[in-house]
Amino acid sequence: MTDITAESRPRLAPGVRLHFDRARDAWVLLAPERVLETEGPVQAVLSRCDGVRRFADIVAELARDFAADPAVIETDVREMLADLMGKRLVVIA
Amino acid sequence: MSAGDTLAAPQPVAAPVIRAPLGLLAELTHRCPLACPYCSNPLALEDRAGELDTAAWTRVFNEAAELGVLQTHLSGGEPLSRRDILALVAAAHDAGLYTNLITSAIGLDAARVAALRDAGLDHVQISLQDTVAGSADVIAGYDGAHARKLAAAAAVRDAGLALTVNAVIHRANIERLEAMVDMAAALGAGRVEVAHAQYYGWALRNRAALMPTRAQVEVATATLARLRESYDGRLVIDAVVPDYYARYPKPCMGGWASRSLNITPSGRALPCHAAETIPGLEFWNVRDHSVRDIWLHAPSFNAFRGTDWMAEPCRSCARRDVDFGGCRCQALAIAGDATATDPACALSPLHDHLLALAEADAQTAEIRYAYRGRREPAAG
Repeated sequence: MTDITAESRPRLAPGVRLHFDRARDAWVLLAPERVLETEGPVQAVLSRCDGVRRFADIVAELARDFAADPAVIETDVREMLADLMGKRLVVIA
Repeated sequence: MSAGDTLAAPQPVAAPVIRAPLGLLAELTHRCPLACPYCSNPLALEDRAGELDTAAWTRVFNEAAELGVLQTHLSGGEPLSRRDILALVAAAHDAGLYTNLITSAIGLDAARVAALRDAGLDHVQISLQDTVAGSADVIAGYDGAHARKLAAAAAVRDAGLALTVNAVIHRANIERLEAMVDMAAALGAGRVEVAHAQYYGWALRNRAALMPTRAQVEVATATLARLRESYDGRLVIDAVVPDYYARYPKPCMGGWASRSLNITPSGRALPCHAAETIPGLEFWNVRDHSVRDIWLHAPSFNAFRGTDWMAEPCRSCARRDVDFGGCRCQALAIAGDATATDPACALSPLHDHLLALAEADAQTAEIRYAYRGRREPAAG
């Protein structure tokens, strides 16, 4: 699997999209034969995985929006993205 | 979740919450150019004249989405046999549904792929019968099918659409399971379904020709575990287990009327593919009832919902919320009683009988298929 660097531009894998589920009043990630609930932090990260923002941009935005330590955010987001890439839900360009 | 609360509102306070379904299998037509001997369609196929029209399906998609369905699987038969397939994809997409086309890929060229993508299609699932063209075409009952599928898979990948390869596994191809997964990866699939044949409908009729030996199944299971490791992060490998040789039954449909529903070409709403084989169930039609009304109130959906219908040994079993007593249709087919424990379960008194059926079938020397939808059995 490709390593995530500051310059990596993560985006949702083909066939994967975020969807607001009105019936359940929650964001979900829709993928082939899979539906995943996306709670607050996951949603905050995934909504920024647009293939344009760099990993470094995403970390900076989240650190600013959540008034959190960028080093902590970077570790958490890297871990989350690695997990999502392992499940083929996110790819990096 | 609020959907459960909302849906539960008309029920008595003590009634269990009926959660909204996540998936809708839309069997748009039973027409298909292929004649696979394990087809999940019923033996009595519905004809074109009885099919729901574009407007009816559009209403169904909107009602399903309103109820809480998130994904629809446009299937058949061959969904591309519908002349209005682009309109149907667009209607499902416009309803807010994730749209998955389950296709033989016959008739799927680059132009059609592009048109489907532009109509809002999210994902394509193509079936492969084997890795060897000659064998694949015999299984499909269609000369040249395999070559067309490979070309169509390339077109799907080139269009940037997500691709799943579905490989139904049985005696004629089980030795090439690894090659099937490798082929799926080479075709650019992000996901492969390794689905051991499930013995209902046409597959039940053809069980003697399809059933692998226990030794083959054990090798296949070990191979799959190894492939999952080697393809980790590159290819999602989902499996449908061969339950005749299993110890525990499969959690069929994730529980009866729990997660998804099927609608047949003529609009009959079913809790699963084979539900119509169970005598005495009352099926409602989307021509007469809304999808919501069917999900909550159709007698066939409530027949085996939850665990209240269970007899022993299921009723007091620690796994009753894990595998839901297995499959009702298999209980009917083998035990003659849809409320019985699925004979795939080691706790069923018929478990040894099921195993004996499988072992006897697997020793059948000649593979001779009754092709789906064709009159005469042909040599395979």
